[in-house]
Amino acid sequence: MALPKEPPSSEITPEKDYLRRREFIRNAALLTATAAGVGGGVVLLGGAGPLGSDGGAKPPPVQGPATAPSAAKGNETAEGEMGTYTRNAKYRVDGEKVNSFEEITHYNNYYEFGTDKSDPAQNAHTLKTKPWTIQVEGETSKPRTIGMEDIRQWFPLEERVYRFRCVEAWSMVVPWMGFPLADLVKKLEPTSKAKYVAFTTLMRPEEMPGQQHAILDWPYIEGLRMDEATHPLAFIAVGLYGKELPNQNGAPLRLVTPWKYGFKGVKAIVKIRFTEKEPPTTWNLAAPGEYGFYANVNPDHDHPRWSQKTERRIGEWRRRPSLPFNGYADQVASLYSGMDLHRYF
Amino acid sequence: MAAPHPWLKPGVIAGACIPGAVIVARAATGHLGANPIAESLNRFGLCALIFLVASLACSPVKMLTGWTWPVRIRRNVGVIAFAYASVHLLTYVGVDQGFAWGTLFKDVLKRPFIAVGFLAWLGMLPLAITSTDAMVKRLGFVKWKQLHRVAYAAGVLGAIHFYMRVKSDVREPLVYASVVGTLLVLRVVDAIRHPKPKPKPRAAPRPEPG
Repeated sequence: MALPKEPPSSEITPEKDYLRRREFIRNAALLTATAAGVGGGVVLLGGAGPLGSDGGAKPPPVQGPATAPSAAKGNETAEGEMGTYTRNAKYRVDGEKVNSFEEITHYNNYYEFGTDKSDPAQNAHTLKTKPWTIQVEGETSKPRTIGMEDIRQWFPLEERVYRFRCVEAWSMVVPWMGFPLADLVKKLEPTSKAKYVAFTTLMRPEEMPGQQHAILDWPYIEGLRMDEATHPLAFIAVGLYGKELPNQNGAPLRLVTPWKYGFKGVKAIVKIRFTEKEPPTTWNLAAPGEYGFYANVNPDHDHPRWSQKTERRIGEWRRRPSLPFNGYADQVASLYSGMDLHRYF
Repeated sequence: MAAPHPWLKPGVIAGACIPGAVIVARAATGHLGANPIAESLNRFGLCALIFLVASLACSPVKMLTGWTWPVRIRRNVGVIAFAYASVHLLTYVGVDQGFAWGTLFKDVLKRPFIAVGFLAWLGMLPLAITSTDAMVKRLGFVKWKQLHRVAYAAGVLGAIHFYMRVKSDVREPLVYASVVGTLLVLRVVDAIRHPKPKPKPRAAPRPEPG
């Protein structure tokens, strides 16, 4: 049997290609390097997502559905790392899915920690929230400085599930834990001259890197009319999903006004000032035509750059229609009766 | 002889696909944050602007360095920019707005921010269509070059669109705007310093002395 002494001619590399093998390898390497350079360069410039952040980073485990809309009619009592709290049956969002702990803690507008939605989750750990004091001043019969521990002792904690609508036309459903702002206001003894209340965020650039740049006029200030501040819906949150409020969500305490756009919800409050006149507020100063003092959710009043008629609920594929006062019109619309909501937007 | 650097064009095109693939992969695996639609929309737009600026930079880089390779990939980079701009537009129209044409139409008319972005894409459309060798031949190089100056307008509009999008931190958009501005100035300065010789009118037949 005669074995072929050499491979069939079809398998023989032509001499010309054989001689060019080094060139071929060189070209392949250069092609790969070019591709890596171009692709890597664009990725580095932010073309494929925020650098060094991972929106899918695993959050601390959350036990059970902390706030599955239950069929129970009355208030339930629950136990969490902050002690016993009540699940207020009056404040639920029935038929809408509560957003996950991960979504609520990894998609935040908190420019003190950076302007990307993923920045606060990444950067907020530098903030020290203990010790924490709050200065109370202005039209109050008792100007003073109070400690966070005092405030925590004053009020029992309750959980409320509220819709949260950002002015950027996205929204969530959030199980906050805290106490009514009205109770706090009462404790702080405003005088009869107090018509407004202003809240100021901590100013500490070394722990809040966003404050090292003048992207807003720091510190962040927001305010409410007194009748808004004492409305039963207005809430001070100190917790989330039955846990201590994470830094990126405004620890140790923040304002929650669910019928207004999210930017009204001033975070990491260190000062409460009662005033006779409407206080200047941060976003309103930055862009008066885009962000009003009232900032009530209003699908009929568009933001100059986008429509407010619909919103994207985080976790949902299709946009949903936005509701007047974010679905709380039956409770708060009377606060604004007779007001032109296009003028006082 | 084969064209020098046979690896250049395929390398650039392959590399240009990487960020897009990363965006899609991250969005599909839940690694693009809680709002992957908005995030990928922004990222596709940024990629479009980056490649558009890169395509505008090709000629000035050649002017400054004498290298010829940037000009050889210029058209490819421009088409890549258009591709990203189109994906960005489609993400907005289809995924974000769910093809709600009524709202979309009103948005373009009512909101300068959307209109400017749309105009930038519209400006790039004829450039992408005429990006083939055959089209260069058909139009003639001089006309083709004139048409493709629209790329600068698209770059300026793209940078403005980016600037108008952000709420308060305009540093990043300003970087892109200043790069586009610098490139434009370089071209204008070059045009002034080296005026193109006017195409000579065809010489009239000299009267022959009789």
